[in-house]
Amino acid sequence: MSDPKPFVDIRHAQKSYGDLEVLKDIDLSVQRGQIVAIIGPSGSGKSTLLRAINDLDPLTGGEVWLEDVQVNKKLPHRQYEKHINQVRQQIGMVFQHFNLFPHLTVRENITMAPKMLKGLSDEAANKLAEEQLEKVGMIDRIEYYPSRLSGGQKQRVAIARALAMNPKVMLFDEATSALDPELVEEVNLVMKKLAEEHMTMIIVTHEMGFAQSVCDRVLFMDQGVVVEEGPPDVIFRNPQNERTRGFLRKHLEGANGH
Amino acid sequence: MDFELMWRVYPFFLQAAWVTIVLSVLTAILGLTCGSLGAAARLSRHAILRFIGAAYVSVFRGTPALIQLFILYFGGPQIGIQLNAFQAGVIGLGVNIGAYMTETIRGAIVAVDKGQMEAARTLGLSKFQAMRKVVLPQAMRLMVRPLGVNINALIKGTALVAAISVIELTYTAQRYIGSTYRPFEMFLLAGVLYMIIIYVTGRGVAYLDRKVRIV
Repeated sequence: MSDPKPFVDIRHAQKSYGDLEVLKDIDLSVQRGQIVAIIGPSGSGKSTLLRAINDLDPLTGGEVWLEDVQVNKKLPHRQYEKHINQVRQQIGMVFQHFNLFPHLTVRENITMAPKMLKGLSDEAANKLAEEQLEKVGMIDRIEYYPSRLSGGQKQRVAIARALAMNPKVMLFDEATSALDPELVEEVNLVMKKLAEEHMTMIIVTHEMGFAQSVCDRVLFMDQGVVVEEGPPDVIFRNPQNERTRGFLRKHLEGANGH
Repeated sequence: MDFELMWRVYPFFLQAAWVTIVLSVLTAILGLTCGSLGAAARLSRHAILRFIGAAYVSVFRGTPALIQLFILYFGGPQIGIQLNAFQAGVIGLGVNIGAYMTETIRGAIVAVDKGQMEAARTLGLSKFQAMRKVVLPQAMRLMVRPLGVNINALIKGTALVAAISVIELTYTAQRYIGSTYRPFEMFLLAGVLYMIIIYVTGRGVAYLDRKVRIV
């Protein structure tokens, strides 16, 4: 919090569905290169908060800033669409269910957006796809269709697809939750690699071990509020709040049960 | 059964079958156009367009096609719409089947997982770009077979325009019954020709469906 200019800044985020308030006045500042994990029980609003960052789930109140641009600024529809498409190019997002485009090959999944939005030539886009696939260890599957990949492979391609837009920040929405346990590690390794390259990342996760080893900061959310936040060592070893303790206890028991 | 009679009249039935085919093709083209526009309206972000789309579907699916044809052909001149029987047949049937196709096309589009649109929008594609490059190619694959069902219904539905005296297959059968008093043979002949048209179309749809299958 010492750096005066946050990279991603969420101010007074509020979100309601009718009478149900799912985010209650949340502030979150992320510095460039920082890696933040958001943990909490399902229904706590953590995914909603993450999805507000690129305005996939628009807030009903509050502001989201990426550097000096307000993501969710009020504009007439057409202008807003132009603005948000521009902003989203700079925010990579990885989903729980991968959301690869099944009618396109791995290569085409990655080259589509850079070609359409950045006007890259076929040659340049192919080179970019190869670089990104090299990075996630999927270069040998470049001509495959997603249906022929395992979950872990799909997620690695989805990460490569997001990285190909050269984003300023990466959002991970339970990126490993849908994976068979033995496939989680390969995705975690890719994310660790990004961490080492100082990619700014905001990670919604159920994996406490991963959050602890990779993240600079952990937020524990429950019922639409940030209950506790701090460095992983404090949150995991010495949580101050009773709700945090209860959640971690249950979660670690659950994890041990596997 | 008088095969000799059937053999004698069948060239005239072939001509009539040709009219049925032309009628079906034109109706299908108009129906697909109406269906695409209808689906776009139903999925629009503008409430007025959604209302128009929904009204179109409920009016044209909610009344008999025969009544729609009669209103257009017999009632039309009263409000200044002068169409010959063939034109009225194509427009009446096309707009009618378009209402069914609206629902088929809309259904296929909404059946595409919404994560696909989200992933495309997240990359920075506009709604239109995401539709064109990501959602529609997948929806196409889902709509081939149900549109084939619509087209099957449409071909059989062309028999209705006999009622406004378009000289197609059913009308021709009725006309020959008037002179031969042989309804069994004449309707059988017409039925067999319908079946051939529908069989060939069905094979075409199945072929198309295989072509667009997801790998």
